[in-house]
Amino acid sequence: MAKLGPSGFSPYPVAIIDKVLNPPPGKALLFDELVDEEVAMREAAKAMLTRENPTIFPGPQVLYAWNEDAKKKAKQVKELAQVLNAKIIPMYDYRPKYPKINPEVEINPNHPNLTIWHNNIKACIFIGVHCHYANVALKIIRAETDCFTIAMCSLEGHEDAMITLRDQHPEELDKFIEIAKQVKAELGK
Amino acid sequence: MSNLTTSEVKVNKSGQRIVSPDYLLFEAPREKFFMTGSEAVKEAVKRASVDASVSYPITPQSEAAHLIGELWVEGYVGVYFRGESEFGVMSEVAGCAMAGARTITTTSGPGTLRAFENFPMWAGTRIPVQLVLMARGVNSPLSIQPDNLEVGFLLDTGCMIWYAENAQDLFDMILAGFVVAEKPAVHVPVITVVDGFFVSHTREAIMIPPDDIALPPYDPTKAPMPVIDLEVPPGRFLRDPFVMKSNYISYATHASWQFEVRAAIERSRPYAKHYLRGLIEEFGNPEAEIVFVAAGTAASQAKEAVRLLKDEEGIEAKVVKLKTLRPFPYEELRASVKNAKYIFVPEFNVVGWMEREITKWLYGYSNATIIGAPRVAGGMTMPAEVIVKEVLNYVKES
Repeated sequence: MAKLGPSGFSPYPVAIIDKVLNPPPGKALLFDELVDEEVAMREAAKAMLTRENPTIFPGPQVLYAWNEDAKKKAKQVKELAQVLNAKIIPMYDYRPKYPKINPEVEINPNHPNLTIWHNNIKACIFIGVHCHYANVALKIIRAETDCFTIAMCSLEGHEDAMITLRDQHPEELDKFIEIAKQVKAELGK
Repeated sequence: MSNLTTSEVKVNKSGQRIVSPDYLLFEAPREKFFMTGSEAVKEAVKRASVDASVSYPITPQSEAAHLIGELWVEGYVGVYFRGESEFGVMSEVAGCAMAGARTITTTSGPGTLRAFENFPMWAGTRIPVQLVLMARGVNSPLSIQPDNLEVGFLLDTGCMIWYAENAQDLFDMILAGFVVAEKPAVHVPVITVVDGFFVSHTREAIMIPPDDIALPPYDPTKAPMPVIDLEVPPGRFLRDPFVMKSNYISYATHASWQFEVRAAIERSRPYAKHYLRGLIEEFGNPEAEIVFVAAGTAASQAKEAVRLLKDEEGIEAKVVKLKTLRPFPYEELRASVKNAKYIFVPEFNVVGWMEREITKWLYGYSNATIIGAPRVAGGMTMPAEVIVKEVLNYVKES
């Protein structure tokens, strides 16, 4: 059962229960607090560098080369994983898996907790996951696990993540990688 | 269904110049016309870069669907066809929207009920369809006359529900509806309600911008679910029903999914506030202790009652008109009734669904007495004098 953040174990949407909505352009959400993007990026890097088994979950929007941004982001995700000492487990599609997902190799939005439990993941980054499926998964993760969730969204963000960064394009990802390098050096990791 | 971004598109497929939603709604010069509510629907759709519309042209409801068909003939609507029934229409509308088309349809009364299973399905599949609902009686018993009982049924389908008072509201709400519903973080259907016959069939003055400008086209690449495109990744993923496919956590998935749809409606709140210029509108003395809370034609008639109460009885009153029901403007409502001693909720139905809503949201926030009256239904009108009489009776008794 989750213990992170003011919403705790709640499976309920924070938009309704806590009246927390996505941040405006240029801002980010750290739990229920509006902060500058840099502040959120530092906290995200810190969580990934200090919690057990940090993992990046890239979705179809970066796994498939459907536009130029996707190609750039895919390379950036690999670089980010190296900087953060993180694993990459893909969410390559959204179809529920029957009879059971293989949690070693993939994560699925319909039962994301299985992958997180199996790999004992305590911090994760969602990137390139279509917004609806990210939102469905983030609520379940908060309800069922104690994993610290970070959403890097190219659109408006995901208030159900513990840190949400919006409008994340290749330029912003470069910025995050640089901040992650600084935090890593500060932590001596 | 263009893959171009808004900034790259200069004209839409009909040759209309693309302008920003803010320009179209707030800044473009407007000219006065005299038209029915149904004709206002046509004029809004004409300026909305609509890709598809499906109709079930049963009579008598309104000529709105027929008029959208005329727009197809004129080249303003990409695809237009007739469904086999209201259920068929709402299913086909879903198909168009899942394929990435900006889609609109209309219905009313028993047709709404026949199609009902589709409305929560629309919301669950996160399609930004627009339904113009010209409310009229349902089978209780069958009526074709004005009555908004069906709106009470729709409240918890997961769709946004906006309520237009008149043809002007309807015109503006249809355009704003697409803009808000298609925001990536929102992306749920919008039902724009108007009272059938009172608004759909009567003419009134309405201010509209020129018809050579239009909304930017819908960009389905920003949808929160991939559109169904079997050729191009990442869109080629079908939407399997998760409940049948996994014994693991399917209940949690379903719960999270439904909560997510409701969260999406919450995310619409700031956008709706902007494009509708607030979620409520107040009319009358802001400090009045007698307050009418209403939507649609009931709000119009309550405004007339406010005038009569002041002019003939020397009693101050005000109207709080609700423009949206989902999201429900509870903060605005609570602030607007802070001085209220009596809150009247006039409604065009027998069950008082609006009174239930008001009572729920004001519980613990207002000491005012909430009175679910007057109520008319089945095609009755609600003369302002009837509202005044209700107030005078109550005030005298207390």
